Amino acid sequence: MTPATLILLALVIPTVVAVLLPLFAGRPNVREAVTLIGAVALFAVVLMLLPVVLAGGRPELDVWTVVPGLKIAFSVEPLGMLFALIASGLWIANSVYSIGYMRAEKAHRQTLFYVCFAIALAGTMGVALAGNLFTLFLFYEVLTISTYPLVTHRGTEEARNAGRLYLLMLLGASTILLLPALGWTWVAAETLDFRPGGILGGVVSNTALGLMLGLYVFGTAKAAVMPLHFWLPAAMVAPTPVSALLHAVAVVKAGVFTILKVTVYTFGIETLAEAGTGDWLVYVAGITIVVASAIALRQDNLKRRLAYSTVSQLSYVVLGAALFTPLAIVGAAMHIAAHAVSKITLFFSAGSLHTGTHVDNISEMDGIGGKQPWTMAAFTVGALSMIGVPPTAGFLGKWFILMAAVAIGQWFAVGVIVISTMLNASYFLPIVYRAYRRTGEGRVTLSEAPWPMVLPLVVTAAITVLLFAWPDVPYRLAEMLSQSVAVGPPG
Amino acid sequence: MSEHLPALQVVVPLLGAVLAALVRRPGPAWLITVVVSFATPVIAAMLLVQVLDGGVISYHLGGWDPSVGIEYRVDVVNALVLLLVSSVAAVIAPFARLSVLSEVPDDRVAWFYSMYLISLAGLLGIAITGDAFNAFVFLEVSSLSSYALIAMGRDRRALVAAYQYLIMGTIGASFYVIGVGLIYTMTGTLNLGLIAERIGDVESTRPVLVALAFIVVGISLKLALFPLHVWLPNAYAYAPSVATVFLAATATKVAIYLFARFVFSVFGAGFVFADLPVTEILVVLSVAAIFGASTVAIFQSDVKRMFAYSSVGQVGYITLGLSLATVTGLTGGLVHLVNHAMIKAAIFMGLGAVFYRVGKIEFDDIAGVGRRMPITMSAVVIACLSLVGVPGTAGFVSKWYLIVAAIEVGWWWLGLLIVLSSMLTVIYVGRFFECVWFREPAGEVARAGEPPLEMLVPICILAAATVYFGIDTELTAGMAERAAVALLQGVR
Repeated sequence: MTPATLILLALVIPTVVAVLLPLFAGRPNVREAVTLIGAVALFAVVLMLLPVVLAGGRPELDVWTVVPGLKIAFSVEPLGMLFALIASGLWIANSVYSIGYMRAEKAHRQTLFYVCFAIALAGTMGVALAGNLFTLFLFYEVLTISTYPLVTHRGTEEARNAGRLYLLMLLGASTILLLPALGWTWVAAETLDFRPGGILGGVVSNTALGLMLGLYVFGTAKAAVMPLHFWLPAAMVAPTPVSALLHAVAVVKAGVFTILKVTVYTFGIETLAEAGTGDWLVYVAGITIVVASAIALRQDNLKRRLAYSTVSQLSYVVLGAALFTPLAIVGAAMHIAAHAVSKITLFFSAGSLHTGTHVDNISEMDGIGGKQPWTMAAFTVGALSMIGVPPTAGFLGKWFILMAAVAIGQWFAVGVIVISTMLNASYFLPIVYRAYRRTGEGRVTLSEAPWPMVLPLVVTAAITVLLFAWPDVPYRLAEMLSQSVAVGPPG
Repeated sequence: MSEHLPALQVVVPLLGAVLAALVRRPGPAWLITVVVSFATPVIAAMLLVQVLDGGVISYHLGGWDPSVGIEYRVDVVNALVLLLVSSVAAVIAPFARLSVLSEVPDDRVAWFYSMYLISLAGLLGIAITGDAFNAFVFLEVSSLSSYALIAMGRDRRALVAAYQYLIMGTIGASFYVIGVGLIYTMTGTLNLGLIAERIGDVESTRPVLVALAFIVVGISLKLALFPLHVWLPNAYAYAPSVATVFLAATATKVAIYLFARFVFSVFGAGFVFADLPVTEILVVLSVAAIFGASTVAIFQSDVKRMFAYSSVGQVGYITLGLSLATVTGLTGGLVHLVNHAMIKAAIFMGLGAVFYRVGKIEFDDIAGVGRRMPITMSAVVIACLSLVGVPGTAGFVSKWYLIVAAIEVGWWWLGLLIVLSSMLTVIYVGRFFECVWFREPAGEVARAGEPPLEMLVPICILAAATVYFGIDTELTAGMAERAAVALLQGVR
């Protein structure tokens, strides 16, 4: 199969799954089999693209030109490859987990749930493999709209309000800020393609560069940079598999991915570093990291604490992008991978605790390590990775960003990373401590969640550790990404 | 045969109207409507092909020279409008049978179709004619028949709405004809092309300025430019569903075409926009329409009224594009003219199907209808997404052109206002969405089901079109851009 076919397949497979699922609405086993087969097939297709990209190839696929300037085209570069790999790989784990969760919870309208999930994955693939800003924007909105029914899935008043906030903030920011940014870029650069070294160097003033960066960063509300983060904690009303894959991986990563991609391929980090008008982003990201961590500290509801932790961790990636140096870009890309596997483990654990022992709040978690040993072991691994303790994947990204900040003497960023690490420790370690050291009321009985829920979270926890030991693939991709900062040959 | 296509474009529906009136029975009258509605887009498509191949078509009615007789003149601008109007009519025709039977008393159904076809003939006539007074005649033909169409609504408020429209419409038409009269005294011709040639010599005279004012205000009444829109919400809300679909998709659009024709081809963009402060006035009114009408839409309790106010707002986007008087801006305005016609036809048709099943169309009466009519409501939701301007839909293409046009002329604030206003659309569409999907079906809604296929298929076709034309824009944006270039060049 040619790489172009593979790109097409990566988009078609989840779409076909979404179309097929309603046909098997009455036969849950067949329906779930379709999702699983689709997820495995998608991952296989993405894996087949990997060697091409690692060998330095940039597979492309031009689909259609809507109007001059608006072209639907795909191009696989290292960062998109990494994101596609993570999202498609974790979809397998998440599908297994969803089956366990949704059946244990006896959730209603499960077919709609799986259909929207598959469309969301198609949207994620589109974002990851997009070859220009319009294609990225198109799939970004597909992702927003397809996840709205998932956020409101419970149908309660709370879910409906969360849905409103979700749609208004994500759609609003992207329409009010991101769309004019696209228009501006098109008028100024006469292209929306992603090119190594960027397309905006020398075509707009330095002030305009700073302003545009603002439009892109805040227009991408999925990245949850403060003050556009409110939708994320609210979206926790969704079923846990949604929080796990979408609101810890696909949706939010699509946000930081966009910011990172735009910094590298639209602005060009050299252009931004020389202009100096984008430096404010370091402070915005830094403040988000620290403030979100501080808020997380005060949450008793486990999923809410995790959500604020996500807000904070996402801004590490933004911080990495904002330092405008190749080393920091490596760190940012690595952190996308590390945070994905760690945070999905944490959310899987939270859902497993809910199903196994009906625990939602941290104050109820005394001694839970004895009741759900597998879950809590995985949770601990995820928590350590969030803090950035070796031997977990979370250490790597942070380390590179820290080194980059030290190298250019950005002491504010260094301070932020140090403080935030302490804050992370102080809101994750007490949970682990409670779970293992304190004893709860009554006899300790083993009450793990069903195996389809436990297996995925153990696997993702294992990957979190393995990524530390063998960070080869993400590191090489990140390295290749950081090398494309210089203006490459035309085309 | 093919050289008489311009005449047939108008004559076919006119003859159909007479036949429908003569047969007097609902079934045959509907059949005639279907045949006519399917014939007109074929004629329009053939005209468009001829125009693309061989340039402007000039057809002399009765063989009289344009200086004394009536000329039908088809260029890419009105070929596009003809195709739009007739295609919408073709999609409506199959849908109409059951909807009209359920909403209009049996003995008036044939009259309804007769009026409908006269209205269609009038609108096509306005679009095709190259004669200022002939345009007035067709304007009256289409208006008088649409007053009758609206008055046939089941609700007694339809009578008041029709009366209100009649008063406003007549004022508009009178203003228009006063303007045309003044132009005739100054140029000695009624042919649009000849006026354009001669008006340069007299353009700064007071009668021409007054004529411009009368014509612009007169047509603005018909196209429902804020604040001359007050007739529209009631007319759309209380007319029979089929009439609403037809008028919403075509009537205001043809008026906008006439507006563009006069402003760009006849008076000339240089005179209107550079010498006079028309851009400023139009931009202010358009923005007021977009924000004002969209805000009012949010607070409506009748769903049809809500989308009627939305139409007033959407017309604002079109006039905004025209007022910029650049290729990109004009393309944006014209492409939105086409896209909005499809979007609103899909939405009002979906609401018509709901009315057919439930018999009411207030928010509280149709709560939860999405659970009972999922296909219909999904189609409406898709059209609504296009209305919002989500990328991948036709609405996005329009919005993109408008934003780029605003940025090109350096009006950042205008680009910002355009995107801000689409949030208002999100709010009223979201309110509709929550009502039909999240609330539990009760009363009539609980017993409702999908409409018959002959209604469902046209709805789905239109909804699919709003997505299709968001991807393949050759026929919409491509034509709109050619039309924009043609308009900016003047008529000859």
